[in-house]
Amino acid sequence: MKNERLITLGDAIREGLDESMARDESVFLMGEGITDKTAIFGTTNGLIDKFGEHRAVEMPVSENGLVGVAIGASMFGRRPVINFHRVEFALLALEQIFNNAAKMHFISNERHSVPLVIRMVIGRGWGQGPEHSQSLESIFAHVPGLKVVMPTFAADAKGMITAAIEDNNPVIYIEHRWLHNSSGHVPEGYYRSDLDGPKVIRKGADATVVTTSYMGLEALHAAEALAEISCSLEVVDMRVLRPFNPGTIVDSVRKTGHLMTVDTGWVSYGVGAEVVATVVSSCFGQLKSAPVRLGTSSRPTPSSRGFIPGFYADAEKIVRKTGLMLDIPKDKIEFVCSKLKKDRGDLPIDVPDPYFKGPF
Amino acid sequence: MNKSSIDTTLAATYYQEMLRIRLVETEIAERYSEQEMRCPVHLSDGQESVAVGVCSALKKTDKIFSNHRCHAHYLAKGGDMGRMLAEIYGKETGCLGGRGGSMHLADPDCGLMASIPIVSSAIPLAAGSALADQQNGLNHVTLVFFGDASVEEGVFHETANFASLRNLPVVFVCENNVYSMYTNIRDRQPNRSILDLPAAHAIQGYHEDGNDIFAVHKATKNAVERARSGAGPTFLLFDTYRWREHCGPALDPEDSYRDKGEYDTWLGNCPIERIKRVMNENGNFPLEWYENVEKNIRAEITESFNFAKTSPLPSPLSENSETYA
Repeated sequence: MKNERLITLGDAIREGLDESMARDESVFLMGEGITDKTAIFGTTNGLIDKFGEHRAVEMPVSENGLVGVAIGASMFGRRPVINFHRVEFALLALEQIFNNAAKMHFISNERHSVPLVIRMVIGRGWGQGPEHSQSLESIFAHVPGLKVVMPTFAADAKGMITAAIEDNNPVIYIEHRWLHNSSGHVPEGYYRSDLDGPKVIRKGADATVVTTSYMGLEALHAAEALAEISCSLEVVDMRVLRPFNPGTIVDSVRKTGHLMTVDTGWVSYGVGAEVVATVVSSCFGQLKSAPVRLGTSSRPTPSSRGFIPGFYADAEKIVRKTGLMLDIPKDKIEFVCSKLKKDRGDLPIDVPDPYFKGPF
Repeated sequence: MNKSSIDTTLAATYYQEMLRIRLVETEIAERYSEQEMRCPVHLSDGQESVAVGVCSALKKTDKIFSNHRCHAHYLAKGGDMGRMLAEIYGKETGCLGGRGGSMHLADPDCGLMASIPIVSSAIPLAAGSALADQQNGLNHVTLVFFGDASVEEGVFHETANFASLRNLPVVFVCENNVYSMYTNIRDRQPNRSILDLPAAHAIQGYHEDGNDIFAVHKATKNAVERARSGAGPTFLLFDTYRWREHCGPALDPEDSYRDKGEYDTWLGNCPIERIKRVMNENGNFPLEWYENVEKNIRAEITESFNFAKTSPLPSPLSENSETYA
């Protein structure tokens, strides 16, 4: 394993893009503001200076048209990486993504391929509000022909952006804004993390908690807290939503007998629904309790921080629901929750908890 | 046109290519009630001159994209008739193995890269193809066919803006056949020239009689040369007319959605009859020559239909596997 050092997830993405652009001249960046000084939250800092202006295409504010252009270019030997500052901007391009990107390989009888990567950022906090805070992975994960990935940790973010770029299929790469500044140990130089499937990020025996993106950190936080009352959670990071390879999750639930899903999206028709349905179909006999799904409240995200307490799934909710699921005495759960509250202190609700800076 | 300036050999080639399209489309329409072509068909009768005039100005290595009304473009670009019919018959020998049907015809080896039936959806793909060639330093040209309603879609404007900005080697070909399904253009767009729209994106446009194949060819040749020279995109507007219903085999001259008298006017403007007149006024083409041409085309059509009918259906795909590249 190459030399590892502590860097942020945002920097890890940048390193992955850097390595990919160095190895393959056909890789180029596209974005609205790809050439501006903010450099997609710093994740493309210095890349255009290093590789040249011809390796970046500034996108006019025309998401549908320019995603179509990227699809067309990718059919003829180019490997574009589109960078959307927010998931929501991709909504304007759904026709091109669902119809052309997802289906070109199939309809062409496998003659064409679309080696396109589209980065989308999930916003949260600082009053970003209803149309800058959505987590829409389920919409993309529903469509055959797309790959959908959600890296949670810095090392994965770097390895998975590389693997996504090297993949000959359209890959939707969804990153959480609150993870950009979290840190992790990341190998130097080129490497790839296969877009294979979920990974266990904390071993445990009492219940399986399957998470996406930022919720992996909330679940780890809850698991640490519950460990103090001798409850051990096995936390599984989804990482790759489509194609969905449930083996790791099913093995875990066979072991623990209990399943909870915690994701960043709305609960109805969400990632948790797919995980629960698959697990129940696979190992119904090993379940000792009904699976539980946690997610974001079923309404648009209001801007004011006054609305936010209780709005998202968090470590405390995970602890409480685990307590119910495993019949843990109430006083023990209250003990854990009051400790979580104390640790958080006076931190405002609309900024990331420093606990989640890592490394993990 | 001056008698001595007409290339009658070229005219004869145009005639044969257009007649080939007309006769096979007519045969599709006649056999459709056999219910063995089990997919929607959007036929090109009346519009052959655009397909043939445009494609004859392209190299084999130039690329085209089309839409749901793609049979004429497929054939004019050099696609195999048997594989086209097999696709419409849903057979595994079809140009897409039966996966796309009539609305998605493609033959990348001949240059028809994809046909996309969602109106205007292929337009940015064509610009992307042109961008790739520009980035790779290749001198191919990409051309995209679409109808008059396509300029109502936002994605046309988004693409035109970008293509203009970047001087992409792309040619936009608009076949104005007056109708989008059954709705006249006057009910969809205000009273202004379609060319105002590319002009708003600083794209030069040309308006030609789409049923005058020489005019179509010449305008396309100029546009393709501009694109290849690095001077950027051109918009070509060709007026033409669709003889059959939007989707399906029927000729519908009396249908109330068409203006009274309009159909007869356009029948008299048939591109094949027009080239025949040019040929007969400028050259010597005896009846036997025409009969022989038709005989050969019909032989090809018969053989192609037989190929399609006798080919096997594809087998069901495995339920649990997804097709990734």
